[in-house]
Amino acid sequence: MKRNTILTILSIILLFVFLYYASHHFSRYTIIILNNIAITMILAVSYNLINGITGQFSLAPNGFAAVGAYTAALLSLTPAQKQAMFIIDPIMPFLGSIHLPFLAALIVAGLVTAFFGFILGFPVFRTRGDYLAIVTLGFGIVIDIVANNAITITNGPLGLKGISNYTNVWWSYGWLVFTIFVVMSIINSNYGRAMKAIRDDEDAAVAMGINTFKMKMIAFVVGAFFQGVAGGLLAHLITTISPTLFTFFLTFNLLVIIVMGGLGSITGTVIATIVIVWGSELLRVFDQPMHIFGITTPGIPGLRMIIFALLLILTMLFAREGIMGKKEFSWDWLFNAIKGGIKNGK
Amino acid sequence: MLTTVLQQLINGLSAGSLYALVAIGYTMVYGVLRMINFAHGDILMVGAYLAFFGISAFMLPWWVSFITAIILTGFVGVLVEKLAYKPIRNASRVSLLITAVGVSFFLENLFLVLFGGVPKAFPIAPIFHGVLNYNQLYLPVVSIYTPIVALVLLYMLLYILHHTKYGMAMRSIALDIDTTSLMGINVDIVISLVFFLGSSLAAVGGILWSTQYPSINPLMGIMPGLKAFAAAVLGGIGDVAGAAIGGLILGISEVLIVAFFPSLAGYKDAFAFLLLILVLLFKPTGIMGKELERKRF
Repeated sequence: MKRNTILTILSIILLFVFLYYASHHFSRYTIIILNNIAITMILAVSYNLINGITGQFSLAPNGFAAVGAYTAALLSLTPAQKQAMFIIDPIMPFLGSIHLPFLAALIVAGLVTAFFGFILGFPVFRTRGDYLAIVTLGFGIVIDIVANNAITITNGPLGLKGISNYTNVWWSYGWLVFTIFVVMSIINSNYGRAMKAIRDDEDAAVAMGINTFKMKMIAFVVGAFFQGVAGGLLAHLITTISPTLFTFFLTFNLLVIIVMGGLGSITGTVIATIVIVWGSELLRVFDQPMHIFGITTPGIPGLRMIIFALLLILTMLFAREGIMGKKEFSWDWLFNAIKGGIKNGK
Repeated sequence: MLTTVLQQLINGLSAGSLYALVAIGYTMVYGVLRMINFAHGDILMVGAYLAFFGISAFMLPWWVSFITAIILTGFVGVLVEKLAYKPIRNASRVSLLITAVGVSFFLENLFLVLFGGVPKAFPIAPIFHGVLNYNQLYLPVVSIYTPIVALVLLYMLLYILHHTKYGMAMRSIALDIDTTSLMGINVDIVISLVFFLGSSLAAVGGILWSTQYPSINPLMGIMPGLKAFAAAVLGGIGDVAGAAIGGLILGISEVLIVAFFPSLAGYKDAFAFLLLILVLLFKPTGIMGKELERKRF
């Protein structure tokens, strides 16, 4: 046990040494992708808690990320900036005067998002069935409508500009490590086992005296918190947010990631995030004209999305377990594998 | 005042009939497979596009084009079921839902790539042209036809469900799919028929929708699809007549809210979800709903 903790801490230190090197030697483009990977991973890991571990199909991440992004941005912008930006209608008095440091803004963003999660979860988790999917899908659309119409809060379709570029690799990977730590702690606790029981057989879980409402709610609200934080990090990475940023594509992307990695495996999610975020950067070639063997094909914007959709359907049909299934990486497993390798080698 | 209310009621009736046509497809699929067919709204879009191409690319008379589009869309629904849903019918419900989301996203983006995202003007069939004026009531002809078409189709569907052997098989599958197949009923054919009927009705909804708001685009199915699902839950998921009633209630209340609270017009599309949440809070089984048996697989 002690050896494993030391190894984990060592590998986290190694990660940050790598980040220190990266932030001094890598190009700006690479740094942005590194940040993107961390934020997407926070979203995906917390999304897997409700979808993969608890087995309740949610489509909420884009709505939650939008709530988090707007909350964090509104809190970290200075009052003067907000006065200057809201040209259609002045901002609500309370929101206009409030100003918080970055960390506080992120935490409040997470809490506000978690509160939204609670409000959504309350009616849904009292019923059985797949209503969560449709309610959360509707939530994303309602948030989009509100972001466009509640002009005194969100500045409408113009969005928020000039958000300080606070997010760097330290912030995003710091939050990532914290997210994975919290999610893994939940999974390895009694709560996590109860959640898995609900996923595998809800009737049996009820019969064993598990409070399914409470367990689903914890998974959903904790996920919402981290998705709100990730939204806030995203807002302070790209510095401009508008309602069009948080479309269903964001959720779809995360769904592809957690399905590819294996529903219920955090290790799988981590691997799949890296593959998909890098991969979708590579797939951008399809959006531009191509020259193959002297034939020029026109760029087809949107072909990437078709590839993603096919990837998801085919994974579901032919490789439902994804990369990792429900398995997790552990040091014990690694050592046993090495030992086994040595034995077999002899 | 009375005229305004009457006018809005007729508008609402027409919008509600469209929701009803789409909601029926949701509720039937949910009844037999216990899954939310996220692609149902996109099937509506496919129907509208097929009708559009029938008229503008193949120069067919409008009624030939409509009938062809409705039948072809039915087969698109069957194809989706055969290729994407049937292979994992016995997998977990989350797998089915994820696949359905994938199919929905695939159809939307396939049509975006093939036909572009710019909305196309939908040609209005001659019989749907024109407006009736009656005592200051402003009645587009299509708003009068829509409820009638919906009612006739609903009656036909209820007849099939309750007076034919296939209908009996569908109701039986909704109760218990395993026992039904033990009774020597070819479950696959019946489920295909359910998808065929649901998708054809969605195509009718798509054509009427495109005639009322005369333009089509690849993402047009999302909103009617989601609202129709809310309507299906309101009516009691799994119940065909309930879906129709839920659709009507949703359509009429949406129109009335915008008419009497114009400041809320921007939030009109959010109303269906508020309604959905309220139904789940206070009467999760819906208006006509009975307690569906809890666990399938």
